[in-house]
Amino acid sequence: MFDSHIISRMIPLLTRLILGANARWYCPQETAVQRVYFANHTSHLDTLLLWSLLPPQVRSLTRPVAAKEYWNATRLRRFIAQKVFNAVLIERPNHDGGEESSRVALASRAFSIILEAIGETHSLIIFPEGTRGNSVTMRPFKSGLYHLACKKPGLEMIPVYLENLNRILPKGELLPIPLLSSVTFGSPLFLGEHETKKSFLERARRAIEELSV
Amino acid sequence: MNIAVDAQLAWMFSGVVGLLIAASIIGFLLGRNVTDDAKRVVIDNLNARTWAWWVMCAIFAVAIFSGTIGSVILFALMSFLALREFITLTPTKHGDHRTLFWVFFVVIPLHYYLVAIRWYGLFSILIPVYVFLFVPLRSALAGETANFLERTAKIQWGLMVCVYCISHAPALLMLDIPGYSGNAKLLFFLVLVVQLSDVLQYVFGKTLGRRKIAPLISPNKTWEGFLGGVVCSSLIGAGLWWATPFTPFQAGGMALAINLMGFSGGLCMSAIKRDRGVKDFGTMIEGHGGIMDRIDSISFAAPIFFHLTRFYFT
Repeated sequence: MFDSHIISRMIPLLTRLILGANARWYCPQETAVQRVYFANHTSHLDTLLLWSLLPPQVRSLTRPVAAKEYWNATRLRRFIAQKVFNAVLIERPNHDGGEESSRVALASRAFSIILEAIGETHSLIIFPEGTRGNSVTMRPFKSGLYHLACKKPGLEMIPVYLENLNRILPKGELLPIPLLSSVTFGSPLFLGEHETKKSFLERARRAIEELSV
Repeated sequence: MNIAVDAQLAWMFSGVVGLLIAASIIGFLLGRNVTDDAKRVVIDNLNARTWAWWVMCAIFAVAIFSGTIGSVILFALMSFLALREFITLTPTKHGDHRTLFWVFFVVIPLHYYLVAIRWYGLFSILIPVYVFLFVPLRSALAGETANFLERTAKIQWGLMVCVYCISHAPALLMLDIPGYSGNAKLLFFLVLVVQLSDVLQYVFGKTLGRRKIAPLISPNKTWEGFLGGVVCSSLIGAGLWWATPFTPFQAGGMALAINLMGFSGGLCMSAIKRDRGVKDFGTMIEGHGGIMDRIDSISFAAPIFFHLTRFYFT
């Protein structure tokens, strides 16, 4: 029905126009290196905008990691996730409980899906908070970012700060308002030798916070 | 519209095109011999500005020659983009989300529709009466009380300067002036005088500027730039009397009022930018900043020029 090729070219253009996006880069835009773009998460538009601002070559190899239950919910979302984004869909643990052991199993399954998806060519977009937060403070980061850095030490971890999207389309609203957004791509982070999980995740979080000022 | 009227408009445009050609040549000549890096930056910015002027003039020409509809659509778009920059810069809360949705997608089109159908009565009170009461009500219904007064004031002021004031420029087209037709020239007169005054203030400021007028608000505004720009552009305004319903003396007085208001607009918008810690409202127009940076002076000048003309000449 749709030509997904044309759509994947039109969507970035329209997105940048409608969201009045202004991008700042503190790292090279074009790159042959595999990357993980990790960003703060406040709006449903986050994935769309970040993905749209990547240069076309990089974009075609970059896959957003997203929640399965959201992106599989309707036909349109499924189409966008599969044909446009080529998203990596993972199951999120239930927040209000569930057995600890089942949550661990879920997380490790999600991690192996992500590892498989990235392969030797792809890059990823990840929201390490796991879910949309409010604009003021970021939630604590999930540990996936750290495990990726351990498994694939060559990956460039790029912190990305998304600004104003929570005002354009806040949590719980259906219709967006036309404000200007901005996206800042920071310089790459690497896991230090003997760096602990806690300190790496904290450093990653601070890297995004530093881009916000 | 008769042919004589169009010819006058065409003369005004030719004048502007002549100025732009001169500015482009001067920019090119200045750029050739520059070796110093700091000067290079100034000259590059100057040339970017000139180039942006070409584009803005082309858009304005298309709009104004396509009649009332073209002008109304152009100014409606400018209001929309200016308000977008304004609200982006002034923090609002989640409780204002739906209010803002109404403002952007209902109030702006409705207000400019009133300009297009020349309904002066409702045009002049829609925003200051109905919308100014609706805005706090809608935000109150959303139930968020923190900084309520401040948030409401911000949205109201954004509407005032970006929509209500700006719309008085195309509203000139709805005035019935006895013995005068082709109000597009009046709109052109306003925009030309106010923008020339901005440009001349920049030129005089850069070349002769010493004494700062308001160093805490805008370091680029100097007494020399202000006086040189305002006097020159008022004289040019007087020289354009043949395209207006005014005598040369009246045209000069109108141009002076436009320029003083334009300066005030620029100063107030600079105060907002300073308070928010930014240099420009946006990045849309290369060399100039955002839309709001370009039309801040029109915003203050348009309603005063509109009402002076309406009071004394209709």
